[in-house]
Parts: sequence; structure tokens; C-alpha cells
Amino acid sequence: MKMKSALMGAACAFAFAPAAFAERGADGHVNVIYWQAASILNPFLSGGTKDVESASLILEPLARYDNNGNLTPYLAQDIPTLANGGVSEDLTTITWKLKEGLLWSDGSPVTSADAVFTWQYCTHPEGGCAQLSKYEGVTSVEAVDDITIKVTFGAAQPNPYGPLVGGQSPILQKAQFENCLGAKAQECSEQNFNPIGTGPFKVVEFRTNDVIQLEANPNYRDPAKPAFATMTFKGGGDAEAAGRAVLETGEFDYAWNLQLAPSVIAGMAAAGKGQAVSAFGTLVERIEMNMTDPSPALAEGERSTAKHPHPILSDLRVRKALSMAIDREILVEVGYGQAGRPTCNLVPAPQIYASPNTDCLTQDIEGAKALLEEAGWTVGADGVREKDGMKLKLLYQTSTNAVRQDFQALIKQWWSEIGVETELKNISASVYFGGDSGSPDTFEKFYADVEMYANNFDGTDPQSYLAAYTCDKAPRPETQWQGENINRFCDPEYDALVAELGKTGDINKRAEIAIKLNDMLTKDTYTIVPLVDRGRVSAHANSLGGVILNTWDSELWNASDWYRIK
Amino acid sequence: MLTFTIRRLAMAIPTLLFISLVIFLLLELAPGDPLADMPLTIPPEVREKIRLSLGLGEPMHVRYGLWLYNLFVTEPLHWIDALTGTTFAEGQQRIISFQTRGPVFDTIAERIPQTLTVVGAGYLVGVLIALPIGIISAYKQYSWFDQIGTFISMVGFSVPVFVTGVMLIIIFSVWLGWFPSIYDTTLEVTDWESFIKQIKQMVMPVFVLALYNAAQISRYMRASMLDNLSQDYVRTARAKGMSERVVLLKHVLRNSMIPVVTVIALGVPGVFTGAIITENVFKVNGLGQQLLLSIQGNDAPMVLTISFIFAILIVLFNLIADVLYGVLDPRIRYD
Repeated sequence: MKMKSALMGAACAFAFAPAAFAERGADGHVNVIYWQAASILNPFLSGGTKDVESASLILEPLARYDNNGNLTPYLAQDIPTLANGGVSEDLTTITWKLKEGLLWSDGSPVTSADAVFTWQYCTHPEGGCAQLSKYEGVTSVEAVDDITIKVTFGAAQPNPYGPLVGGQSPILQKAQFENCLGAKAQECSEQNFNPIGTGPFKVVEFRTNDVIQLEANPNYRDPAKPAFATMTFKGGGDAEAAGRAVLETGEFDYAWNLQLAPSVIAGMAAAGKGQAVSAFGTLVERIEMNMTDPSPALAEGERSTAKHPHPILSDLRVRKALSMAIDREILVEVGYGQAGRPTCNLVPAPQIYASPNTDCLTQDIEGAKALLEEAGWTVGADGVREKDGMKLKLLYQTSTNAVRQDFQALIKQWWSEIGVETELKNISASVYFGGDSGSPDTFEKFYADVEMYANNFDGTDPQSYLAAYTCDKAPRPETQWQGENINRFCDPEYDALVAELGKTGDINKRAEIAIKLNDMLTKDTYTIVPLVDRGRVSAHANSLGGVILNTWDSELWNASDWYRIK
Repeated sequence: MLTFTIRRLAMAIPTLLFISLVIFLLLELAPGDPLADMPLTIPPEVREKIRLSLGLGEPMHVRYGLWLYNLFVTEPLHWIDALTGTTFAEGQQRIISFQTRGPVFDTIAERIPQTLTVVGAGYLVGVLIALPIGIISAYKQYSWFDQIGTFISMVGFSVPVFVTGVMLIIIFSVWLGWFPSIYDTTLEVTDWESFIKQIKQMVMPVFVLALYNAAQISRYMRASMLDNLSQDYVRTARAKGMSERVVLLKHVLRNSMIPVVTVIALGVPGVFTGAIITENVFKVNGLGQQLLLSIQGNDAPMVLTISFIFAILIVLFNLIADVLYGVLDPRIRYD
């Protein structure tokens, strides 16, 4: 699908190129709607996708990921690698060169000092920078000369493309943000709402949580782009209204992330005013197994901790049986349609990191039953399996969301077929993902047997994503219940392999280790039971050309190439 | 009357302080976190730092005190500065929203005009429709007009605005294409053409709100008219040979309006609070929409401030309604 849409995009671009790419601002006005409104245009102060993507029209990094997950230079001349000498042999430094003659939208030159400043801005201890992890391990960012930027890491960094790369980590103008360091960052609303950038558009008016008026950046590096003179970036409402505005009434040209039932999108698209496009990234909806005992009978502070292994789910055969009973094709059909595909992998992409692991794709109720029998769970009088007087009963929690509740109901049904009784629970997303250590309902605390949510990783390198499952990252009282190893999975062999990945620079070797780690979590142990590889569906009007949906970076990554099909 | 007003105003201060404390505690004790919206890819250590930078590291009473101080000292000083060009509030932090990191009052000021035009127009139209419907319905009780009026009021009462709103959008935007389904908040009325555009985009939200408001007020109007129509003074007036017109509009209407005016006055704060659902259905960037966004984002300073402003308005208009009652009906005196 990704290939197909890319090819179609390319074909369209070719067909209309001569007419459309003539002159900056020749195509008038374009309307974009995001059903979550942008609150701020400084991605360092908000991790929200809506804010990062709206800001990507204005602020740019050295390089972005393209729709295939490959790095493409933006402000940089080219991508530094080991081969071209841009990355040092010991993997501790990376040297970028800015394109010559770059200007900010206010006409002043872009220099390496801006990049150095951006690093200082984000890593200031009181700044509360949401993208701090992009700069992890960076000991210094230096301006070698006006256009050369040298980033030094404290230790060998096999993936040095974190700082100043991708939509989350663009370059700020030093002159504008100079007085906004640290605690002051919060007060600089003028700057945060109207950042000066190098992107194809500049802000004319920003109304928080509502609308952004933009116009073509007069100093954009390509004199022929963008084709649109002005843009309205409207926010707010719901996905359905956004889809309707593009596909049915034609008031808007582009709608972001239409999280709607497949049949609803198809119904809207039938009006013939626009089309839905989809692409896949790394977002995987999964069921996580709790390896520790969440029983309320245990003392607070010991519940769901490594002190007490889970009485039922510690047995691999039970976990595997639960996975075997699920029909992932049906889940996709019900919940995501063209925006989903069944997967057995935690890391479903990029291609090189994806494990050839497909054995979970066929549902096998009988096999699951046999496996449970083998594990000693026999069917009791009421159809629920028992062992040593304990019933095979699980609490299954997730956030409140129509699709997730459908999934819960389906999975409960399948599990009841194999003799597992399931109690369902759903929690408001703001609590579930809220991370409040005082609440019993956060997904980190995991006071349930199994839970479902979706997660992904930024960019194309899964190292930090996989490193989240080492023993020490388990949420527990000592860490105020913070931590990313939700399952409390703990395997010294896994930890050792993660350490090895951190030292390996060769891409093929890295892929090999990453696949092994992925398999350890999924098909070897069924600690994580992936369900659906969730893509992104957006929609654009038939008259808007040049759209290439990208899930590796901001969706608006190539807004400078958009044009009006006449 | 004046002492009554002053006494009531003085009593409003502790009431409002208490309300603010209750709202603050509710927000504080309610589960949820301003960082819940952020992607899971942001690691926990970074989240903790962001939380600290938002001032969430301070104990509860300090945050409440700071908010009160900002609301009653820093913000007024800032407004004085903005008006007179002085620098009293220089360097003092205003009330900052968690979501936007911008001053809360700037956002409110940006949104009030939309709420006032759309929701205000909805209320005004609602009242203008409701009064004649109520009068005629009562005068011709059980006629076909009354029956239809009753039916429409029931519809207005019982069908929620998110149903009527979406229905209107499907009929008039999707099928007929007459009106835009999304309110263009950037439109500035400068000439005839843009004025027509503004009217067009206001038609649907105003209609939805007017229907709802008219349903309520017309019922009050009708009931109040019926009460008065059966009074002895009406018979007397008719016996004196006054025309029906004079009886109805001069005698009955005046007396019937007394409770209705109170009801209308009590509904005015609702104009400022915005219509949360209608504003969301039509994407009007009013206060109601902002309140909903802020609640979803657990943006405590914004929710607290907006709710507090609503509390002030409600207390104020309750007082106004009481005073109006006294002015309209000389039998009622509070002193």
C-alpha cells in the first residue's frame, strides 16, 4: 500500500509538474484541518503530534525521514555517515554542514550558532523540554564554523541521528529565543506562538487551540516553492467532522488522521470530492501480559511487583494459548480497515528490522485448548478452566475508546471459547496514560492481568524502544511507578543483548539483534501479544496534488511540494 | 434596595472564594494529568521534568494561593499596564495555561467575541421567538397553534443539540451545500460580502441554540400568561370595554413578564459560558469549546479560571434578576 501510494503520488507529480511548479504562491490558498487543534508552535514545549506537525510547516530540522523511512537532508547539505566521514570511526561524533545561503523567514542568515542554541535550549535543566530524549548522551554541540555543526556524544552512539533530526527536533532561531532559556521558556508565549523558521510557510496569526494563518515564506530556499501563497490550518472538533469537511463538503483540502470506522470513511469517500490515503509506521496495538501478580489481596507496594510472579500468566503455555485464540484478521476488519494489518511483531517496520514472524496470524482455538489442557487447566462445571482450585479468570483493561471496546468484546468471546473467563475494564485515557503515581488505574501500575494499548517509536531506529524492556525499567514503587517495561519482563539474556545493540554500528548486525530482541518478547515468550499494525489514514481533496503521506516524520513534511490540480 | 444590593455583593465575595476553592480541589482530586496527551515515546524522566516546569512540584496550597494572587493582583495590574502603558506587572508571571503555555486571559479574550456573537445571537433570537409563541399559545389555549407550539417546544427540549446540529450539517452542508459545516473563525466582516458570509456560517449554530432557548422560554411565557388570563382584573378590564389588544398586551403581558424576565436574566450567564456542545459541533472557537479542550487536556489553570469567571457571572446575574424582580413588581421590596 505504501509503495502504491508513493508511486501514485509520483505519477501525479509527474503529470502535473510543468503546470504547477511554476512559481511561488501561484496556487492561492490551501485549507488544512486537524481535528486536534494546535496549542503551541514550539515542539520543544509540547510532545503532542498536532503541535509537532503544525510547527513542521515553519520550523525545520537538519534532516527528515521520508515516506520510506530514509533520511533526507533538509537544512543540511547531505546526511553524514561513516562512509562519507561525517560520522567518526568511534561513533562518538557526527558533523553536519548547513546548506549555503540559508535564510530565516525574517531574512537573517541561518548559522550553526542557531543549532548550538537549540541544543542549549532543550537541555536546560529547568526548561521542561519535551524532546529531551533526542539529546540523550550528547555532551556538546559545537559550531565549528558558520555552517558546520559538530555533535559529540559521551559514548559510542550507533544511531547518531537523534539531535536536530526529524519533526520533533527542529532548529530554533537563536535571536528570537535567546531570552527564553530555562524557566523563562514557559513565559515566552509570543515566541512560542510565532516562531521564526526556515520552512515553506511563516505564521501570520496564531490563535491557540483554534486556527493558524500562514503565508508562503518569502525567503524559502527553493524560489519556486511553495505553490500556495497562503494556508489556513484549522483545528478542533472531531475526526468525523474533519473527514466530512474534506470528503463530503469540500470545504477543506487536507484532513489529518481520520480515526474512524472503515465503513464511515468509505461512505464519505463515496461523495467523490476527495480520497483517503493511508501509510504504515511502527504503531502497534498490543496486549501486554502482566508477569507479576496484580491481586488486590496483596499489600499496596507489593501488588504488581516482581516480588510476586503472576499465578496464571507466568506459564508460557497460557500466554501462548491466549494469543492463539485471537483472530487478528477480524480485529483489523472491525477496527481499522485500510488503516490496519495483522501483525505478530512489536517492531513491524522498517523492513530491515521487521522479524519474519507470522505464526500468530492464524487463529487456532483447538490448539489453544490443547495447550491449556497440557498446562493442567481443566474445564470446570461452568465451562471455565480451573487448576488447583483456582479459576482461569483474567482482568483485561484498556483506555476508553470505541475500537478498543470492540476489541475487548471480541477477544473476551474468543477467550471464553477456550475456557478463559474475562472481566473487562476501560479507563479514561487521561487517567490511563496520565502517569499519576497515586492512581491505581494507570497503565504503568498495571493492576490488571492483561492490558491493551498502542505504542510506537520515533524515527526508524528501534534501539531505545527495545531497550525499554530491560529489568531495571520496570515500574515499581521505588521509581514512583514510572518506567516503560510495563510487563515487568526480566531476562538477563535480553538485557545483555540490548547492551550489545548499543555498541553495534553495523546496520545489518543491528537488524539481526533487533529482530532477536523482538522475537524474545513476542513469539518466544508471548510477553507482548501484538494485534494490529496501525497505519495512518488521512484524506485530501481531489484537487490537492503532491500529497505523500509519511508516518516517519511530520505528515506535512512535504507541504512545500503541494499544489493545486487545475 | 441599594443596601440590599450592597449586602448581596458583599456576601458574594466569600461565596466566590469558596466556589474557587471547591473547583480547585475538584480538579486537584480528579484523576488525570496534563501530560496524558503526550505520546508514550517521551520517557518518564522527561515527563517528570516537564511536570516540574509547569509548577506541579509545589504543594497544593501554594499553587492555590499563587493562582488567587495572580488572578486578583497580577492580572489586574497587567490590564492596567496594557491600558495605560505603565509597568506595574513587569516580570510577574501571569496565569499560564498548561496546554498552550500562553496567558489564560489572552485566550479567553480571543474567544469571548465569538461566544458573544454566536451564543448571544442564539439567545436573542430564541427570546424573540419565544415571547410571541408563548403569548399566542396561552391566548388561544388548545388551538392548533398552541398544539404545534407545544410540539416544537418538546422537540427543542428533548432532542439534544448534538443531534439537531449534526442533522442540520448533513442536510444543509452535505446535501444542499448552502451553509459551511465549519465555522471560519478567521473571517472578518469588512464589507457586504463578508457580512453575508458571516450570516451564512452563523445560521445553523444560531438556529440550534435558538430552538433550544425558545423551547424553554416559550413554556414559561405561556404558563405565566395563563396564570394571569384567569385573574379577576382581566375580566374587569374586558367589562370596562377595553379592546382585546389592550387587555392582552397592556395588562396581562406586563404582569406575566415579571417571572419571565427573571428567567431570561438567569439565562444570560449561559451566553458567556458558551454552548459547549453547539460550539464543538460547528467548530466555533468560543469559550465553551475552549473549556472542553482544557478539561480533556487536564489544563487546570485554564479550567479553573474559566469556571471561576462563569461563577462570577452566575452570582452577578442572580443578583440582577433579584433586583429586576423588585423593580418590576412594586409589591416586592427587599429592605
